[in-house]
Amino acid sequence: MFRILEKEYFSERVVKLVVEAPEIARARRAGHFVIVRTGEGGERIPLTIADADTVRGTITLVVQAVGVSTNKICALEAGDEFTDLVGPLGRATDIGKRDGTVVCCGGGVGVAPLLPIIKAMKQAGNRVVSVIAARNKDLIILEDQVREWSDEVIVMTDDGSAGVKGLVTAGVESVIQREHVAEVVAIGPAIMMKFVALLTKKYEVPTVCSLNTIMVDGTGMCGACRVTVGGKTRFVCVDGPEFDAHQVDFDEMMLRMKAYDPVTSR
Amino acid sequence: MTMSEQEIESGRDAAWRVELRNAMPAKERTAIPRAVMPQLPPDYRITCNEEVNQGLSQEQAVLEATRCLDCPTPTCVEGCPVGIDIPGFIKNVQRGQVERAAAVLKLTSALPAVCGRVCPQERQCESRCIYNKMKKAPVAIGYLERFAADTERMLSASRPRKAARPENNGIRVAVAGSGPAGLSFAGDMARRGFEVDVYEALHEIGGVLKYGIPEFRLPNAVVDAELDSLRALGVRFHKDTIIGKTLSYDDLLAAGFRGIFVASGAGLPRFMGIPGENLSGVSSSNEYLTRINLMGAGRPGHDTPVIEGRRVAVIGGGNTAMDSVRTARRMGAERAMIIYRRSEAEMPARVEEVEHAKEEGVEFITLSNPVEYIGDERGRVCKMIVQKMELSEPDESGRRSPVPIPGALEEIEVDQVIVSVGVSPNPLIPNSIDNLDVTRRGTIAVDENLQSSIPTIFAGGDIVRGGATVILAMGDGRHAAAAMAEKLENK
Repeated sequence: MFRILEKEYFSERVVKLVVEAPEIARARRAGHFVIVRTGEGGERIPLTIADADTVRGTITLVVQAVGVSTNKICALEAGDEFTDLVGPLGRATDIGKRDGTVVCCGGGVGVAPLLPIIKAMKQAGNRVVSVIAARNKDLIILEDQVREWSDEVIVMTDDGSAGVKGLVTAGVESVIQREHVAEVVAIGPAIMMKFVALLTKKYEVPTVCSLNTIMVDGTGMCGACRVTVGGKTRFVCVDGPEFDAHQVDFDEMMLRMKAYDPVTSR
Repeated sequence: MTMSEQEIESGRDAAWRVELRNAMPAKERTAIPRAVMPQLPPDYRITCNEEVNQGLSQEQAVLEATRCLDCPTPTCVEGCPVGIDIPGFIKNVQRGQVERAAAVLKLTSALPAVCGRVCPQERQCESRCIYNKMKKAPVAIGYLERFAADTERMLSASRPRKAARPENNGIRVAVAGSGPAGLSFAGDMARRGFEVDVYEALHEIGGVLKYGIPEFRLPNAVVDAELDSLRALGVRFHKDTIIGKTLSYDDLLAAGFRGIFVASGAGLPRFMGIPGENLSGVSSSNEYLTRINLMGAGRPGHDTPVIEGRRVAVIGGGNTAMDSVRTARRMGAERAMIIYRRSEAEMPARVEEVEHAKEEGVEFITLSNPVEYIGDERGRVCKMIVQKMELSEPDESGRRSPVPIPGALEEIEVDQVIVSVGVSPNPLIPNSIDNLDVTRRGTIAVDENLQSSIPTIFAGGDIVRGGATVILAMGDGRHAAAAMAEKLENK
């Protein structure tokens, strides 16, 4: 069970894994996530599903090695198995025909969970403009797949090594200024989503973000993932992971994501 | 239902029982003091996770069983949510037939070794014991239940027997959740010949018995032994599978299941909605206990982190609060505090847990209610403000509610807060099955047979009750099994 069939390096620290999980492949929708565990002493780690193939019975995960557990996951090879994999979890993305352009913006590995939303929004008959951003050219992932499902793609890099030099917000703003944007979907680091939300609030463009907070069980039991949305405490695992970005308290969320950083754990 | 073999041979009129009753006058029996549970010393037990209660010795158990007067109308049985034949098992302990005692227990309880440890006996069976009327300590029914179940387990481990597997009736039933309600249902249905598949969302089978109740109160080995006996009856367990998510209701029907028992338990931890509750260092008891009990946080070879606070405040007065605060002591807290808004007399926790916590150096700050948490510059909790309370005059129901004393605020320095003020039902299944009626509180609506608005689906435990005890959840499992079995067998 949960055997890894393919592994591909997107960059030195970002890998794509295609994993055998037929039941989840069949049940999942855009926006859903899974919890994986590597080894008997392993942590439960939430990962958004980037793609699924119901014929092969596989799901695709894109993982960036940042801590103990994500490093273990990235060290897995084709033929290895996850100790545990459970899902699909969370609420699926609200997909539908919008009255105007849908801008999908992703930062870093956030482009991976964004891809199924781009695809579904396109299939729902929307004009989709995707803005994908990273620090440099090597960290831009899934550009070809994003192009396949987008009417237009804007690539942004911090250093200008690919596409336009600048932050994701500049790309999003250029689209909002030139055409009627009905909705923005933002997935990436919390700080990126925060600034996209500040920008789109200024233009009053409805914006959805997908949060990847700390979780333990992922099924609504522990409350580790809680965030303040519109002044109320919500659980990312069962109420999200997508929320109205204009209502999310990103500053609180960023502090909570550091709760278990080694230096602050005591 | 006809009487089983065990019921007849352990019945009150059995010759051996009459003989035992006549062997000693009641006056002599009632003069025997109640057994004292052997315990690990407090200063040792806070250094480890070993079980605090060590269990009665054979001699202690027989003597304690002798105290039982074998009443003609045993009121203790009325106090048991599953109606265990209490004198029947106790008298078997007294005559040294511990395996028969365990067999009597298993007629009505799927998990006697668990119930002997975690049931609030002082509010159930023991509160109804005739000894209370004589102003004497009741028979230690819980200690004896544990003794019988543990002894039987050790005996059967040393000489394994082939489990009497009932004849398969070919009818498949599914269970969502492997906690006490699900396990009790699974055992009963398997004994009736049904093919039972239990689905668990987490990576361990056992639900709250594994993620919630700590090792020092309920060792995992005890739970695992109970699971093995269910496997021996043919019950199949599937981890990492969420009913309503991984497998839909329609998937289960397509797979040939003709009945589904939903026992998905209590989900969402409740918070109080006060300022600062989302600071780092503030967590639910579910999160704290899951990190440690299920994920092994703080032990070598386990990747899951946990905050190891030095000054830990646990908010609440229930068993989960006691489990959390005693765990915090074991994780190295110098100051481990219970903050409770009423007085100690109103605490819902078992008396034994409160006593154990005190022995272990836990501070009880009662008539105090948190109103705000204050964070440091990194967003970590460093202080809490509590409102001092007093109890009002009793209302019509005789209940005294806590009311704030104006202006009586107190600051307490903390570096970890564990909120243990209850849970709401897990929304996953109610949200994912169309046409399943749900109450305003979010629990699954059921009739007196625990049948939901969808005739194939029954439900029990916390998903119906919203937060109860292990034994009540088990009682639901048993009750639902009887009702579902009748429905499916008569079709």
